[in-house]
Amino acid sequence: MEAIAEKLRTDLMEKPAPVVAPPTVGLDLGQQAQPDAAAHTAEVVFEVENLDVYYGSFRAVQSATFTVYEHEITAMIGPSGCGKTSVLRCFNRMNDLIAGARVEGRLDFRNVPLYDARVDPVEVRRRIGMVFQKPNPFPKSIYDNIAFGPRVIGMAKRKTDLDDVVERSLKRAALWDEVKDRLKDSALGLSGGQQQRLCIARAIAVDPDVLLMDEPCSALDPIATTRIEDLMQEIKNDYTIVIVTHNMQQAARISDRTAFFTAQMNSETDQRSGLLVEYDRTEIIFSNPSDERTENYVTGRFG
Amino acid sequence: MAKARLVGDRTSTMMVQAMERRSTDVRGRVFQVSLFVTLLLSLFILGVLVVDVVMDGWGIITGRPGGFLSGTIRSRSIDPKLGVHQALVGTFWIAVFVAVLAFPIGIGAAVWLEEYAPKNRFARFVELNIRNLAGVPSIVYGLLGLFLFVERLEGITGGKSIASAGVTLAILVLPIVIITAQEAIRAVPQGLKEGAYGVGATKWDMIRSQVLPYAAPGILTGTLLSMSRGIGEAAPLLLVGAVSGRLGSDAGFFDFGAITEQGFMAMPIIIVEWVQESGRDPGFAEAAAAAIVVLLVFVILMNATAILLRNYFENKRG
Amino acid sequence: MAVSNARVDPSGGFTVESLRANPRQARKERLIRDSLGATALVSVIVSGLIIWSLFSEAYTFIVEVDWGTVWDIGWFPRRGIYDIKTLLIASFIVTGIAMVVAGPLGLGAAIYLSEYARPQIRKMLKPILEILAGIPSVVLGFFALQWIAPNLVKTLFSGPAAGSLLAAGIGVGVLVIPLVASISEDAMKAVPMSLREASSGLGARRVTTTIRVVLPAAVSGLMAAFIVAVSRALGETMVVVMAGGAAQTAVYTHSPLEGSLTITAGMTSLARGTDNVVGEGLTFQSLFFIGLVLFVLTFVLNLLSDRFVHKVREQY
Repeated sequence: MEAIAEKLRTDLMEKPAPVVAPPTVGLDLGQQAQPDAAAHTAEVVFEVENLDVYYGSFRAVQSATFTVYEHEITAMIGPSGCGKTSVLRCFNRMNDLIAGARVEGRLDFRNVPLYDARVDPVEVRRRIGMVFQKPNPFPKSIYDNIAFGPRVIGMAKRKTDLDDVVERSLKRAALWDEVKDRLKDSALGLSGGQQQRLCIARAIAVDPDVLLMDEPCSALDPIATTRIEDLMQEIKNDYTIVIVTHNMQQAARISDRTAFFTAQMNSETDQRSGLLVEYDRTEIIFSNPSDERTENYVTGRFG
Repeated sequence: MAKARLVGDRTSTMMVQAMERRSTDVRGRVFQVSLFVTLLLSLFILGVLVVDVVMDGWGIITGRPGGFLSGTIRSRSIDPKLGVHQALVGTFWIAVFVAVLAFPIGIGAAVWLEEYAPKNRFARFVELNIRNLAGVPSIVYGLLGLFLFVERLEGITGGKSIASAGVTLAILVLPIVIITAQEAIRAVPQGLKEGAYGVGATKWDMIRSQVLPYAAPGILTGTLLSMSRGIGEAAPLLLVGAVSGRLGSDAGFFDFGAITEQGFMAMPIIIVEWVQESGRDPGFAEAAAAAIVVLLVFVILMNATAILLRNYFENKRG
Repeated sequence: MAVSNARVDPSGGFTVESLRANPRQARKERLIRDSLGATALVSVIVSGLIIWSLFSEAYTFIVEVDWGTVWDIGWFPRRGIYDIKTLLIASFIVTGIAMVVAGPLGLGAAIYLSEYARPQIRKMLKPILEILAGIPSVVLGFFALQWIAPNLVKTLFSGPAAGSLLAAGIGVGVLVIPLVASISEDAMKAVPMSLREASSGLGARRVTTTIRVVLPAAVSGLMAAFIVAVSRALGETMVVVMAGGAAQTAVYTHSPLEGSLTITAGMTSLARGTDNVVGEGLTFQSLFFIGLVLFVLTFVLNLLSDRFVHKVREQY
């Protein structure tokens, strides 16, 4: 397996690299060359095409095009203000909460257009969970934090079912052993890293299809960060994960695919807006990017 | 606003103090002392007021507290059955009206304004309107009560009744309830709201489970302050027709029929009545002072609870 | 519940219908939103009703009144004499006295709390001021009549020991001290610490910093405090009813040492006695007419203070 991955890496490096974000080319290669990946059906989860995100008249992101595949970790990297978080917040329609936010272009979730007038954002968020930059446990007990989602969507009606869900979610988030004796204690008493794992447990308690993570480790120390990264590797077989990160090493360590965004000055409007520079398998982005801007960024010459 | 907090108040104060400790500064001292005197004077007035009232009412408060609370309106101040029972009943019902009408409507309006209101001209108009209502003198609400509840809706309210008075005062405190509740709701961290939405909560799920519990102490503070304002308010009641003249009956606290009966009494009104009676019969001044003590106990208890509650949660949440 | 599991079924069948709102839940959400919207509408309706009640009765008064009676010798509504200048002058006198009392005391207390008091002292004194703010006006009315009149008005100004505009004015002043203090303090707290530090850094003493830097920077907020207090004093009723030295009727006077009725006290003049708000001809309507005058006065003042408050927000 290691050997195959190594071979793939050298293979890919020899191929001519694709220009701006034509994921199909890179992907076909990836799938053919990696029988392991083909084992789980490489279903398309999100199909993004010419996506523009506006806040009022300000265009935060312009024409992003890429595809997110099932059971993969897709990372979005780039300097501040490049629109990566804006894109992430479209995936579960969290942007709807911001007054004046508007989306143009195509954004399909399993072939269903997410911004279709018939789609209810609440239903979307039940399938696409989110973990935020700053751990945001509710000022309630650990148990109630996890049980919150199942309760509001009416998932587990009986107390014993709910207990099961809580236990399973906490185990999944590798937090169970640390908190099993104090489930009734306030979640605010946990450390930052524990709080963030609690938020992951809270998100997976409703058994979502996708997990969106908005710089989930930026407020944590290195040890807590490692734990979260290990956790993500463990759960990616059950979920599809899209993560925004500031930390390039993190993206390189954990993700299967990486989208590199940058902020570009629009000379007409004199405003900066986010631009997807390149999207490809992570190892290509970090070892043989096709765009000079990506190379400058990942090698630390810019940003 | 944020800039002022960049450096902690305390640190800055100490820094500035340290910088100034150079020489004796006579002008500065005089200025500081005179400022302190103005503050002391304000507090001194409060002290004199409380002492004056308590001393005036001392005879009744210590002499026959039970009889004063259960007694009724009498024509002579030496009557041993003189007391505030009717006024207590009236004020109790006003409090009930305020709690039942102003609290739910006010909190509901605050939730709508903070969580649902679209960013359009109508919402801005509602907001501005509430701010203006808060500044309307209380006597004008009395005119509204007189015009609407006493004259136009006599069939429902019974005219100059405790019902008319209660609804009028509920309307009077409504803007205070709304504004304080809005402030409390605005303080709810965005992260909590997003956390709830993130696992598929509907807007109402989110409000019920995050916004209302988090804002509860602040909302409670506001309701206590507005309740104390409501039970202390006299001017609108004068117009809505509080009278002692024909107040024959002495209804019990839960005598529901009396709510729409003509004529009623309330604590602040009985104080006014007795103060005016004191010209004819000076003994009534003592009765008025005793009634003030009764009213102040309620009002100060409510205000102090509200202030302590607010300070406690402010400290706790940093 | 339509959703028992948020998982997407991989065997297909996932369409836009799968993401549609549960109709029962959507109905519930709409119902809640609309009910809350209705509660917000109540405040608009209240404003409408206030304006309707004031204007409809005031209109009758304006149309039917003999205007000679509106500029006469005093306020005798039951006898059909509605001299509004009596009420206006009394209101201005009371408000003026109140501001003379509350302006310096409130501002001084605010400067002390904001610029001088140590945090612990501030934590102790502020709640006391807030308690003072919560004292009902009938209590201050009693205090003005029973203590201020004999102890201050009589001994310091050789006025009457009973009610007078001066006694009422001082009482109203005490009432609005906390208002002036709290808004002024907010305004001064909003002045950035960096300004004070810059001034101290140049070697200015604290008095100089306060007078030359903090107060000018906070002037909009201080104006707002002053205007709100004037509006509040104009609208204050009970202190004047109890300590103003006139009941039900008043002859024109501009002496603070005499008794008279303010606009607010004039409105209650019919409410006393056994048959309260009944009288000759336009008596009932006259209440609404002067109520309208008061409403317009305070409305303009409140709008003005709002302007100043907004100015503060823009600055910092």
